[in-house]
Amino acid sequence: MKKETPNFRNVTENPCHMCMPMGGIIPFKGIEQSMVILHGSQGCATYMRRHIAEHFNEPIDVGSSSLNEKGTVYGGEQNLKTGLDNIMKVYRPKLVGVLTTCLAETIGEDIERITSDYLRDRGLEGFPVVTVPTPGYGDSHFEGYWFTLTRIVTKLTQRAKRHSRVNVIVPNISPADIREIKRLLELMGVEYILFPDFSETLDRPFEKPYQKIPAGGTRTADIKVMAGSAATIQFGMTVEDSMSPGRFLQTEYDVPLYNLPIPMGVENTDLFFACLKEITGKEMPASLRLERGRLLDAMVDSHKYNFHGRSVIFGEPELVFAVTKTCSENGIFPVVVATGSRNSKLPRLLKGFLHELEIETRILTSSDFTQIRKNSREMGANIAIGSSEGRYLTEKEGIPLVRLGFPIHDRVGGQRLLSVGYTGTTMFLDRITNTLLENKLTNYRSSMYQKYYKNYHAAVPTH
Amino acid sequence: MDTGLAIRERLDSIAVKGKQKKQIKCDTDSIAGCVSQRACVYCGARVVLNPVTDAIHLVHGPIGCASYTWDIRGSLSSGSELYRNSFSTDLQEEDVIFGGEKKLARAIDDLVGKYKPRLVFVYATCIVGVIGDDLEAVCKAAAQKHNIEVIPVESSGFIGNKAAGYRAACDALFRLINSGETEKKKNDPKINYLGDFNLAAEAWIIKNYLYEMGIEVNVTFTGDSDYMALKKAPEASLNIVQCAGSMHYLARKMKDRFGIPFMNVSFLGIEDTSDSLRKIAAFFNNDEITRRAEALIDKEIRRIEPLIRGYRKKLQGKKAAVYVGGGFKAISLIKQFKELGIDVVMVGTQTGRREEYEVIHDLVNEGTVVLDDANPSELERFMLEKGAHLLVGGVKERPLAYKLGLAFIDHNHDRKHPLSGFVGAVNFAEEVYSTVCSPVWRFIG
Ligand code: SF4
Repeated sequence: MKKETPNFRNVTENPCHMCMPMGGIIPFKGIEQSMVILHGSQGCATYMRRHIAEHFNEPIDVGSSSLNEKGTVYGGEQNLKTGLDNIMKVYRPKLVGVLTTCLAETIGEDIERITSDYLRDRGLEGFPVVTVPTPGYGDSHFEGYWFTLTRIVTKLTQRAKRHSRVNVIVPNISPADIREIKRLLELMGVEYILFPDFSETLDRPFEKPYQKIPAGGTRTADIKVMAGSAATIQFGMTVEDSMSPGRFLQTEYDVPLYNLPIPMGVENTDLFFACLKEITGKEMPASLRLERGRLLDAMVDSHKYNFHGRSVIFGEPELVFAVTKTCSENGIFPVVVATGSRNSKLPRLLKGFLHELEIETRILTSSDFTQIRKNSREMGANIAIGSSEGRYLTEKEGIPLVRLGFPIHDRVGGQRLLSVGYTGTTMFLDRITNTLLENKLTNYRSSMYQKYYKNYHAAVPTH
Repeated sequence: MDTGLAIRERLDSIAVKGKQKKQIKCDTDSIAGCVSQRACVYCGARVVLNPVTDAIHLVHGPIGCASYTWDIRGSLSSGSELYRNSFSTDLQEEDVIFGGEKKLARAIDDLVGKYKPRLVFVYATCIVGVIGDDLEAVCKAAAQKHNIEVIPVESSGFIGNKAAGYRAACDALFRLINSGETEKKKNDPKINYLGDFNLAAEAWIIKNYLYEMGIEVNVTFTGDSDYMALKKAPEASLNIVQCAGSMHYLARKMKDRFGIPFMNVSFLGIEDTSDSLRKIAAFFNNDEITRRAEALIDKEIRRIEPLIRGYRKKLQGKKAAVYVGGGFKAISLIKQFKELGIDVVMVGTQTGRREEYEVIHDLVNEGTVVLDDANPSELERFMLEKGAHLLVGGVKERPLAYKLGLAFIDHNHDRKHPLSGFVGAVNFAEEVYSTVCSPVWRFIG
């Protein structure tokens, strides 16, 4: 049976989440020719750039209003305006995002007013600037990501003529995953507006000359007409309504919303295609049926190895949800499912299907790694799935880690990990099965010796 | 228009070595919107203090600051591993409104109960200064309650740049060592090693050299140090300072308070390492130490010279760009590149000081671009303009270099192989070779 562990504590030990503006930077990187500036002290921007750069292995330019003591005491208006000037001069963006940090929020900076004054003073009325209040103490980077998407849509989208395209709104998945979703849409013959699209900008090909802002990203012209789309598919089951761009488009502009799980695993991916069929009437082409068949074949190939998997899954709620579902389809029983976010939807959604498994699953929200570690040990987890921060579980508890999510900073290729769709799921499952196998094959000689030989005379083996 | 230098306010921070010498503007706040590569006060403090292995490092603030600094550095420990955790009060909106003092006090109670430390560092972040939490008072009360040392670190992010964080860390360290009894035997060959964070065993390498010379390292600030060792700092008869940017301030304070003289050293590259060992030996004015130092230098150079010569041959005529945190490191790197037959065509730092920029100016060739607090567009422009083949920098600079098709050397706190001492000089040469001469560049053209 499942148990939800409430988590009240005075101190977070080894965090499983990051701060709001971090999450807010990424959507802006998925809009064509856009730049972001953080209103706050210099360090926040630098730390976040470092983290994001290491995950994607891409240069990540983010401006900062570099608030100093004076700005903090007398207000940072001038700093932000100078910052905007310089960003405009050097990067010549077509859209600018302004995010706040803890500091700017605490001193009560009104970024909406400051930026509209700025645009008026510079004669730039109409230039798209999207402001997003993202206090670091507000919530986690997950909420920062979704709230920013909602602000962008709120600001840019206008009432538009109905058209047949479908909005596809994605969470913080890898560029490879985004490319895969686009491929699937194209195979289905669906016209779409994918938002935010950082598949090219945060995983750009090598080319000369170097562009300060990489090519690619959702076009602002497309964001504008999202209000006229035939429907919205949003991979955001765990997202609160107040931060859901899909919900906004639905209530404001009557765009039907299909809120779906990330298409990972058989059922979630089936759901995606069923939904596309419902919207467009189009059937899945034969080539995709083959991909689905191959996934099923792979699942059969690996089911016995997987059956010994007791997984601990952690990270952003949306990904955690999809991964838990995928694991439970494959006998890699989720015994600990954790997120650092306070998300309240996740536990409810998980309970929706976990009851079918005859195991106990601990669900932790607002969690940290000290707690995740303790629960993983108690529950006998033998495989971890999540970001690089989980390396701690390997080091301290000997639980091997299959890296997925954000950030991956101790291995290369976080941006190239493919895990969605039938083919991506197959690749993801293989990574899990092979990790389980590797662990088993490395240890079985010594563990068998320990169990059946060394203690032979001491005790009869219990199992 | 020339976008690389579109920002006029930046012009004074950039100089090209030429006929007339130009004073470069440095040690100022970053200009808003310039995409500075600099971090913050908290970062500076955390870098310096984090290697203290048996301390609780508690970040009083919202979660991000603690998240981004959790065990990301390569400092090694021979004992406690407590420093590899990241503790945070994870301030929430209510705390920002009503103050975070109570939460902080409870956090300290919890951690002390669980880990039984002798020392707790409490780092202030941006908003702590603004919401007015009295860190000093909370720490004092906690110290009395638990009978351990709880030291506040005044590292609010907006009160300056990384250098202010170094000072905050030094103040915290000084508080720690100034509270004990001091007893010193004059002229014992016992020294403190300041400004080495034991990245990938670097402090251990230097400690071994000094041991071979008959000199004992009393305590390292702060690589692989702990509470007990730090307390004994006043017993040393000399302080050697490697990372002057972060530790010069502490060295001065220790001189004023305990009368311990200090000298700057550098263990990056063959030339600097040899010079520094000789300087240290000379200080003790002891024939045996001098003899042993010469023997060590001789032995090591004999061992590594053929290796370096091999690399040098392959690297002839290559051009390097340098963009690192402090001036001290930049200076050593210029010399080290000379040892490898490589010209430095661009050199910059995040927090270099005037004196350091003067040394840099004297060391580099005509035409070399020198810049303070650079940003990606300037780095891009000058590396291309000067035809650099490789860049030395940190994590943020790496993808930029690669995208431009340049080789890259990590010279930051995450590194997993030592770059100090004679061993480090070989590692460095090998790393330069491995990146500059990699076959991948054939496809980049
Ligand atoms: S938690 Fe606040 S101060 Fe810390 S990095 Fe995030 S925004 Fe900046």
